[in-house]
Amino acid sequence: MADEPLVLGIETSCDETGVGIVRGTTLLADAVASSVDEHARFGGVVPEVASRAHLEAMVPTIDRALKEAGVTARDLDGIAVTAGPGLAGALLVGVSAAKAYAYALGKPLYGVNHLASHICVDQLEHGALPEPTMALLVSGGHSSLLLSSDITSDVRPMGATIDDAAGEAFDKIARVLNLGFPGGPVIDRYAKEGDPNAIAFPRGLTGPRDPAYDFSFSGLKTAVARWIEAKRAAGEEVPVRDVAASFQEAVVDVLTRKAVRACKDEGVDHLMIGGGVAANSRLRVLAQERCEAAGIRLRVPRPKLCTDNGAMVAALGAEMVARNRAASAWDLSADSSLPVTEPHVPGHDHDHVHEVSKENLYS
Amino acid sequence: MLLLALDTATPAVTVALHDGRDVIASSSQVDARRHGELLLPAIDRVLAEARLRLDAVTGIVAGIGPGPYTGLRVGLMTADTFGLALGVPVHGVCTLDGLAYAADLQVPFVVATDARRKEVYWARYADSRTRVTDPAVDRPADIAEQVEGLPAVGAGALLYPDTFPKAHEPEHVSAAALARLAAEKLAAGEELPAPRPLYLRRPDAQVPKNYKVVTPK
Ligand SMILES: [Zn+2]
Repeated sequence: MADEPLVLGIETSCDETGVGIVRGTTLLADAVASSVDEHARFGGVVPEVASRAHLEAMVPTIDRALKEAGVTARDLDGIAVTAGPGLAGALLVGVSAAKAYAYALGKPLYGVNHLASHICVDQLEHGALPEPTMALLVSGGHSSLLLSSDITSDVRPMGATIDDAAGEAFDKIARVLNLGFPGGPVIDRYAKEGDPNAIAFPRGLTGPRDPAYDFSFSGLKTAVARWIEAKRAAGEEVPVRDVAASFQEAVVDVLTRKAVRACKDEGVDHLMIGGGVAANSRLRVLAQERCEAAGIRLRVPRPKLCTDNGAMVAALGAEMVARNRAASAWDLSADSSLPVTEPHVPGHDHDHVHEVSKENLYS
Repeated sequence: MLLLALDTATPAVTVALHDGRDVIASSSQVDARRHGELLLPAIDRVLAEARLRLDAVTGIVAGIGPGPYTGLRVGLMTADTFGLALGVPVHGVCTLDGLAYAADLQVPFVVATDARRKEVYWARYADSRTRVTDPAVDRPADIAEQVEGLPAVGAGALLYPDTFPKAHEPEHVSAAALARLAAEKLAAGEELPAPRPLYLRRPDAQVPKNYKVVTPK
């Protein structure tokens, strides 16, 4: 398949410096340098710490990805980069690197959407995305239900969280339970030994008049914190495993229920789940059960492809090349609030390399 | 020799090409909020003006600050990545040294740039080529004694006339000055610093206060 586009993707929207290389829908390299340990003592991602780490990690990570893929930079057909949404300063480091790399190599540049990349990464695991695709994206930064008929041009938001992202709720509850940061993996681990039905925590926005596809985790967060405080105030021991399991159940129950409902309502017979929270073992199991019961095919990439990485950006970039989408211009900027409805940021002109060379444009 | 010099540590986005004898093309735009957008088109324009392609460049010179971080990183990341893609050396030059060089003074003076938050990045010089203190970040009033009576250049000096009454141009660094300084040092066999940022401040990071109780009292 040597005629499929060979694309390098750069991701710096949060605390992972990711550089991935794909050929069409085949993963060749997925190099990630994370600054997560530097943020742990702050209990959350510190933007300036992340940006500094991206600058230091970028060149070594590009090098590592090229070696892993066994290709040379000259062979690339394009450079893709997360243009947004994400942390402004962090995004700007990746965008600066991608622009310089593409320019120096004489390759087209594709500024792409982080959320669309989370969906497109599944092509590396399960082959071409069905069209349309229903996607549930859940992470520390986002919780949304998206419907896409063409991942390079049409992504429609069905619903999203109205307050906290699902991953944020995991971090918060882990902090209340003194389990450290990030919260997702550790809650998952404790929950395995707990009873998910031990405590009936509320399911946000599931009333008959509530928006069908939106999420809310702030009320749940408060309810869990209150429950724990009451135990502590009464001098009783907090059953950490049961709390973790019951909290986690409340989150994944709502996520899967709404995702399956969206599939049914829209007549879509498969669902993809992506984002860091897609690594949660209970979410994967419950989604599988409910999808099977509803006759829906579930697609969830392996955990390493669900968390932020460069391969997902490369995957979407390769699709942009394959579908002849317009490249971005050299004045591409990072857009911390790039709307999900814009899968990429096309330049003002298809032939962007020549466009900026017209001297009168900038005189 | 063909050096591509760039600096994004001050509000200026500035690019220059130096062929070993002198600057052959340059561009400077002042827009503190759009370093990311402006830098690459500026490089493209400067190369077009000189009728050269990027792969003719034999070395990159990047201003390492000190400067507000978000903008500073645009230039350094661009320089780093060019170095990787082209396989050419990337040299760092202190942005204050570039300003000092452009000031063209043979007497002791001060360079101060705007560090925001009512502070300046600054250093003292014996003359345009000789820095005598490490770059630092301070409130102007706190360094008044150390800079008293000295001429001063840079936006930081122009911004605080109480501390720097003898402030004058240049206001921002130019890549042309950076390139000339680097070319001079390289020709003299001097080693230039690695292109790593001079932040001078620790990252702002509030450690979250102990977990906040949500149960009403
Ligand atoms: Zn993400």
